[in-house]
Amino acid sequence: MSKFAKKKDGEVPAVSTASLPDIVFMLLFFFMTVTVMKDSSLKVENVLPNASEVKKLEKKDRVIYIYVGKPTKEYEKTFGTEPKIQLNDKFASPSEVGDYILMERAKKPQEIQNVLTTALKVDKNANMGLISDIKQELRKVNALKVNYTTYEGDAFNNLQ
Amino acid sequence: MARRAGAPEVSAGSMADIAFLLLIFFLVTTTIETDAGLDRMLPPMEPPTEAPPIIKEKNIFTVNINRNGQLLVENEILSINDLREKAMAFLDNGGAASGSPDYCSYCKGKRNADSSDNPTKAIISLKNDRETKYSTYITVQNELVGAYNDLRNREAKRLYGKDYVAMEAEYLNPETEDSVKEELKDKVTRIQGLFPQKLSEAETSSE
Repeated sequence: MSKFAKKKDGEVPAVSTASLPDIVFMLLFFFMTVTVMKDSSLKVENVLPNASEVKKLEKKDRVIYIYVGKPTKEYEKTFGTEPKIQLNDKFASPSEVGDYILMERAKKPQEIQNVLTTALKVDKNANMGLISDIKQELRKVNALKVNYTTYEGDAFNNLQ
Repeated sequence: MARRAGAPEVSAGSMADIAFLLLIFFLVTTTIETDAGLDRMLPPMEPPTEAPPIIKEKNIFTVNINRNGQLLVENEILSINDLREKAMAFLDNGGAASGSPDYCSYCKGKRNADSSDNPTKAIISLKNDRETKYSTYITVQNELVGAYNDLRNREAKRLYGKDYVAMEAEYLNPETEDSVKEELKDKVTRIQGLFPQKLSEAETSSE
């Protein structure tokens, strides 16, 4: 009988930690699936304008991004303060946009090459002249579907 | 006694609870970032030989944005706040007389003979200066797309009792089932046919 009495005031039994790896793996897989790798770091200021009539850009693999804006502080010395185009990781001139689109298009699988969208992520302080040049280049390579990426919000906030 | 001397074992029983708590926290807070924006189609490069189609002056709604962000709409200065209303009045006008092939049966506009004949004929022409700020341009684009969406919403409500914008979003959502999509496709294309988006952009002037 003394056997049982001893157990009652003994220490707390150690809990099995055998399921811990499972839990950690679950977390790991969760983050692995939701994380989107950032493929280029922004070298331009990129505060997008607001718009209310937006459509979502589904299917990330069908999108080619073009960034436009003023070079950030660290690049200001070399590239000046005028808005610039950023393709992938480097600054480019409008005439290079066409080649870039063709190159990116060639990288995609054949069946989606005709349904690609070009997402223009343009800083709200950029001028339309540069955008027009880009649009002209896009028309030349027949990349006609564009998306002016914006934040969701009241469009009249842009005017202040 | 030997046990006491070593470091006491820490209970790991609540570890799973903590892990779950974390998991649920991240599940709730993580937003898988999807970009959103205004979808536009650029006009294809036209072959230089082709003559431009002849369009009646009254079927064109001209919007000019100057370098200071001011608007000139149909040769009058207009505040950007009134643009949507004006564009809607133009699109919904339905000026063609009843009996003519262009007659618009669903228009609720003023039926002014000097404005657009039919929404399917009406074209909005947008022109901007090279110095125009991008944010102003987006606001104007947003208002014009908004004008189309408002009219489409009205027709979708009348025909199907649902918002056009909601219908289209559901149609474009990849998670929607195929059978639902098939049904929505007809409705969406029908509404689009009633108010086709004809937004032409002239090449930017450099003066």
